[in-house]
Amino acid sequence: MLELALHILDIAENSTRAGARHVDIHLKEDPSHDLLTLEIADDGAGMDKETLAKALDPFYTTKKVRRVGLGLPMLVQAAESAGGELILSSEPGKGTRLKVTFGLRHLDRQPLGDIAGSLVTLIAGNPDIDFTYRHERGDQVYLLSTEEIKKEIEDVPINHIEVLKYIRSHIAEGMKEIGSEA
Amino acid sequence: MAKITIEDLKKIKERVHAETALRDGHLRVKVTVHMGTCGIASGAKEVMDSLLKEIEEAGVTDVAVTTSGCMGLCSREPLVTVEILNQDPIKYEYMNSNKMRQVFKRHILEGEIQIPFVLARGAETQK
Repeated sequence: MLELALHILDIAENSTRAGARHVDIHLKEDPSHDLLTLEIADDGAGMDKETLAKALDPFYTTKKVRRVGLGLPMLVQAAESAGGELILSSEPGKGTRLKVTFGLRHLDRQPLGDIAGSLVTLIAGNPDIDFTYRHERGDQVYLLSTEEIKKEIEDVPINHIEVLKYIRSHIAEGMKEIGSEA
Repeated sequence: MAKITIEDLKKIKERVHAETALRDGHLRVKVTVHMGTCGIASGAKEVMDSLLKEIEEAGVTDVAVTTSGCMGLCSREPLVTVEILNQDPIKYEYMNSNKMRQVFKRHILEGEIQIPFVLARGAETQK
């Protein structure tokens, strides 16, 4: 996986399978400290200490259909090769929180990629889960909340093709407006 | 492009309300794009992007799109399952944007299964 947008999609899919109702995705570009921070927090099932300790091991998975679990290890690799790290914390019954850092201008930092596409995929596949996407650059902020959108569209489903199209352009425009360089 | 505002959402709501008043709102097809790590790494998001674009361009409202996790056939990803109402689900393997467009036009819209891309017919046992 060579784009951060794909990692975000992958990690958030884990949240949805952990039974989360809310998934918060937060990206922060801090040019003055040359730092890019990604945080994903959910209110899913969470993990106990033993599971948490094994979660970053590529040969550990809870799935029965295969013997490897590569999602998190690949994100660790992406962070570490860009001068950053991944910190995972979790509590059973409360949820899981992940924080990943990257050198914003590090040569080997993966590009952000198609964030709008990843979010649209998440929303289309999980209409009952509320997603927030917050993207900060310096003091500029872009925010998308599916809860807010659901209030506006009332009985129209959030995964209706017109709404998804709206969300895609909303994100694209918002990212441009705050001058995202990631 | 004009600035996107909350007003646009209201317009969408009104338009969708007007449309659904004209038909009974039943879904005819369910398309599942398998979105595990293996799927994503081999291009499932591009497949999803092209599927959504096709639906938008065709202006159909009876096709539902969803995602699922890995089902253990990682080497054959991206996988897409097409379920037409009252028919066996069809699983397509090694999908990409072009194959997705073809499956959408020929199978989803016209009902003709695209045999060369088919992995299996029938429901999966494990999700």
